[in-house]
Amino acid sequence: MTIRVVTGGLQTTVQDLGRPSHQHQGIPGGGAMDRLAMRVGNLLVGNEANAATLETTLIGPTLAFAEEALIAVTGADLEAMVGSTPIPPWHPALLAAGATLRFGRALRGCRAYVAVAGGIDVPAVFGSRSTYLRAEFGGFEGRELHAGDQLAVAESSKLSKRIAASFRATANGHTATVARWSAGASIRTPQADDAIVRLIRGAHTDLLTESSLRALGGSRFRVSASSDRMGYRLDGETLALRAPTELLSEGVTFGTVQLPPAGAPIVLMADRQTTGGYPRIGEVASVDLGTMAQLKPGDQLRFRFVSLEEAQALYLGCEDDLRQAELAIPFHLSRSAS
Amino acid sequence: MQFAPLGDSAVMITLGDAIDERTHRLIRAASTRIRGEPPPGFIDLVPAFVSIVVHYDPVAAARGGGGPPYGRVVQFLRERLGGLDVEELDVPRLVEIPVCYGGELGPDLDDVARAHGLTPDEVVALHTEAEYLVYMIGFMPGFAYLGGLPAQIATPRRKTPRTAVPAGTVGIGGQQTGVYPLVSPGGWNLIGRTPVKIFDITRAEPTLLLTGDRVRFRAILRAEFDEATEGA
Repeated sequence: MTIRVVTGGLQTTVQDLGRPSHQHQGIPGGGAMDRLAMRVGNLLVGNEANAATLETTLIGPTLAFAEEALIAVTGADLEAMVGSTPIPPWHPALLAAGATLRFGRALRGCRAYVAVAGGIDVPAVFGSRSTYLRAEFGGFEGRELHAGDQLAVAESSKLSKRIAASFRATANGHTATVARWSAGASIRTPQADDAIVRLIRGAHTDLLTESSLRALGGSRFRVSASSDRMGYRLDGETLALRAPTELLSEGVTFGTVQLPPAGAPIVLMADRQTTGGYPRIGEVASVDLGTMAQLKPGDQLRFRFVSLEEAQALYLGCEDDLRQAELAIPFHLSRSAS
Repeated sequence: MQFAPLGDSAVMITLGDAIDERTHRLIRAASTRIRGEPPPGFIDLVPAFVSIVVHYDPVAAARGGGGPPYGRVVQFLRERLGGLDVEELDVPRLVEIPVCYGGELGPDLDDVARAHGLTPDEVVALHTEAEYLVYMIGFMPGFAYLGGLPAQIATPRRKTPRTAVPAGTVGIGGQQTGVYPLVSPGGWNLIGRTPVKIFDITRAEPTLLLTGDRVRFRAILRAEFDEATEGA
């Protein structure tokens, strides 16, 4: 089965959960920016959590499906449609052969994931199908999708086939049918106009001036235009350390908040460098990285400090919610069959 | 030895406070031990000049009980790294990198020579006589931070960085020298280029250099450079 790319959208790339075990070689962890949304997309179509999906950005692509396909769109609401049928986020949907998936306006959020039963079939590079744009490897030829690209889709799982079968009866010849069930609220990336992002104290948080520390913990920051898959630069109150600090380069992570001398913090995102030499004034709690990834240039956020213990408890809680959601799928299927 | 969280999925182990060979050897010895018997949920470790970051999966680290993931990982690492000894290190690899110095492949060689009152040949001689140590890998895929540049040819970065330095270019930036693995912007003084691929996704080990390697540069003629790149 193949998907033909009719238009590529603003920046559509193939992404899975990245290649985090290659960071010692200087290779970025990479992978989906909003991992929760990407994983839930896979869950809704019966894929493994790490199956490759399409990450779309603000202006989605137009995709033509040659054969019947079970898909789910998760994350941002970019007004997905098949013909005149809206494909709401967080629901599985069955597309008939010949269906064309389009996107409209960015109603909410920044990045929508298109999961297709079977997963996007591109060669794995260093154990991952994720596109790393900067070094032009992984994903589809190491680049964003363009009009005319043909994406192969791998064989779908038994579970995928069961999910597809569960609402084929109600399809009635429509080009697109949306399942009545969806991902529960606990596993949807929260999207608010004024996002709260939880922050764990970093190695150099205590070196901030008193007013900078107060600003970091409560004042509003705006995502600047120079923000991408590598990192988000935040505009707001200029932050300063009590004394200039010279650091040696050392390891950083997804969510590290660096403070360059100019005083505008940078949140390192999926395609971050593996090491950095700027002071680290915090690390975003993993459960809120999806919220961060859904902010677009101009959006506002506030940080709220949490303890490491709380962040790890939230992490484990989120994983638990995902497991529960996976276990619930057979119940959805038996209910839609009756 | 200090342990500190780097967010909720990584821990930083600090083993020193300055770039020196003893700290470097401790970092390597600790890395070898951790890789030999990794903590629960281990994903990767990233050695640097004075610290190591261990990335882990909190879910796997919490499995089987025994308290919160961070505490379990730190306790494991503490026990694992007790009585750390730099003598247990393997003999480092020596990697030779052929470089065609000067000309269009090393447009800043003459500037570097002039800055130190040397001839270009003397700069090349100093650069090739030294043995370098890969202190760490970072910044971009396969980029090696090398120590050991002779002080006579240490040269400040250029005032205006170039927007695109070709892959394989050898540069000097301050006290450091190194090779750009990929085309990238760069402010170093460019003194030559190697035909060898520093980072190549088609190789089983994509990065030519790894932390702990010893490196020597060998001067080659343009003809040898051209021959090597034609075959690639």
